[in-house]
Amino acid sequence: MPRRALALTGLAAWIGLLAATPWIADNYTVRVAITIAMFSAMALSWNFIGGFTGYPSFSTAAFFGIGCYVGALAQRNGVPLVLAWTLATVGVAFFAAALGAIILRLKGHYFAIGSIAVVEVVRLIVSSWGSVTGGGDGLNVPLLQGSPDWVAAKVLYVMLAIMLAAFAATVLVDRGRLGFGLRCINQNEDAADMVGIDTTRFKIAAYALSALFCGTVGAVYASWVGYIDPTDSFSILLTVKVPVMVLLGGAGTIFGPIVGAGVFVLLEEFFWANFLEWNRAILGGIIVFLIFFLPGGILRLDYRRLLRRTLELGKAKQKSPEAAE
Amino acid sequence: MSAMLRLERVSKAFGGIRAVSNVSFDLSEGEIVGLIGPNGAGKTTLVNLITGVHPLTAGKVVFAGQDVTRQKPYQAARRGLARTFQIVQPFPQMTVLENVAAGALFGGAADTMAEALAEARRELAFVGLDRLADTPAASLTLPNRKRLELAKSLAMRPKVLLLDEVNAGLNTGEIDGALDLIRQIAARGITILIIEHLMKVVLSISERILVLHHGELIAEGEPRAVVEDERVIEAYLGAKFAARFKQEAAGA
Repeated sequence: MPRRALALTGLAAWIGLLAATPWIADNYTVRVAITIAMFSAMALSWNFIGGFTGYPSFSTAAFFGIGCYVGALAQRNGVPLVLAWTLATVGVAFFAAALGAIILRLKGHYFAIGSIAVVEVVRLIVSSWGSVTGGGDGLNVPLLQGSPDWVAAKVLYVMLAIMLAAFAATVLVDRGRLGFGLRCINQNEDAADMVGIDTTRFKIAAYALSALFCGTVGAVYASWVGYIDPTDSFSILLTVKVPVMVLLGGAGTIFGPIVGAGVFVLLEEFFWANFLEWNRAILGGIIVFLIFFLPGGILRLDYRRLLRRTLELGKAKQKSPEAAE
Repeated sequence: MSAMLRLERVSKAFGGIRAVSNVSFDLSEGEIVGLIGPNGAGKTTLVNLITGVHPLTAGKVVFAGQDVTRQKPYQAARRGLARTFQIVQPFPQMTVLENVAAGALFGGAADTMAEALAEARRELAFVGLDRLADTPAASLTLPNRKRLELAKSLAMRPKVLLLDEVNAGLNTGEIDGALDLIRQIAARGITILIIEHLMKVVLSISERILVLHHGELIAEGEPRAVVEDERVIEAYLGAKFAARFKQEAAGA
């Protein structure tokens, strides 16, 4: 398949470029690269439940936030760094599996609302449980050792590793029994049930997969920024941004979430830098435009047709001066 | 012959409405049995009870000697109790081949995707859809969608197949084709319960007939005998017309 080979080459080049930023670019660019890797990992995660399975989950921020807090609390209690990150990953996966068994009974809008409520509930628990979580004052997280440049590079490589792991999981799921079953559920859940798919278990697996990497990302993020609080960790904006990225790139595809996350973060940075006051409004406008005119995502565009049209337009322009002569 | 599927005093109430009450029957291995009854008699509800879509209010379902009363639909499918839907239920954006492969992979004997696809191709050839294998399921015509349902169920290697109105919406020519196919399926040793409200169709193919009316089994036996049963005639025509029908029959 030359198309897939092309896409894989593109992905390798993109990851290479992100990985090279600490050597070739300034701190700001490295920061953007980290953000891209982070959101790519979360978008790939969301794709399991939102893309493959078709369940519009808005619980990303809950998973991310719990990851932040589990990682931070573990480290504060003397757990070594990598173990703390692992703990956050496993903890969040179990949390999602248990939660999924309850809220995956809901469908459509009801599921969306249920999943968004989870973010709020967890945020409220974390901010009220001051004795453990520090409440609204937040928590200081032990800083990573080394110079700022070195720390940024280290965080970048860890985030890229998580992104690659999420991508590998996506490819495996896409090719395997799980992915096929999830697609069946997406298209017709009753028929999937009748064909012998244990829909509850499949959906829980997808939900847990959508949580797992967000947990890791959260824990690493906490270590990177050195301070977390409930509003920052459980932000509604995060929970909305991630699905938008996936829709932008192409839900249910392998490469879509990465494309979407990259484009979105770059656009966001561009508008922050150039239109400080209007950036949110412009971003909102772009989101509306994309959802209306690119419902299948960037990857579903018919590029050949687009190219042909552009070429024809170009030719027509070239011809017209001749005709005038 | 042992009973492949046995229902013992199966009942289902939705609130105050008794949709199915005290239905008991056996299906022997390899039999073709027709289940008929006027609209709203509870035929589809009965299929839903057998396959675990609705929980039973009372009674027992025994499949191949095993009590399966509390099974979930996916468990029924894996056990070899397959069904088709009255309103066809494809995976619309998948190809015809993938639809059938889903049956083979999750409900059937296939362990890998490759095996499932091979099995799917065989079943598509069997129902005569092999030429449409790569088209999306949503683009099929109604008769072909019904064939797809059959192929999908067959790929699950069922022991018992419950056909819920596979002929509804088909014209006479299409019905003949579908009946041929059902006979071929029975020839593979699959026990078939065919649900119909078209008497003609079901009489021509069934070895035995069950008649459901207001959720109760009112008659059971050979097709000829069942058609002449007074209560069956009454159920289909209403008491008034049944009386006139009887008079005319006596006068003739």
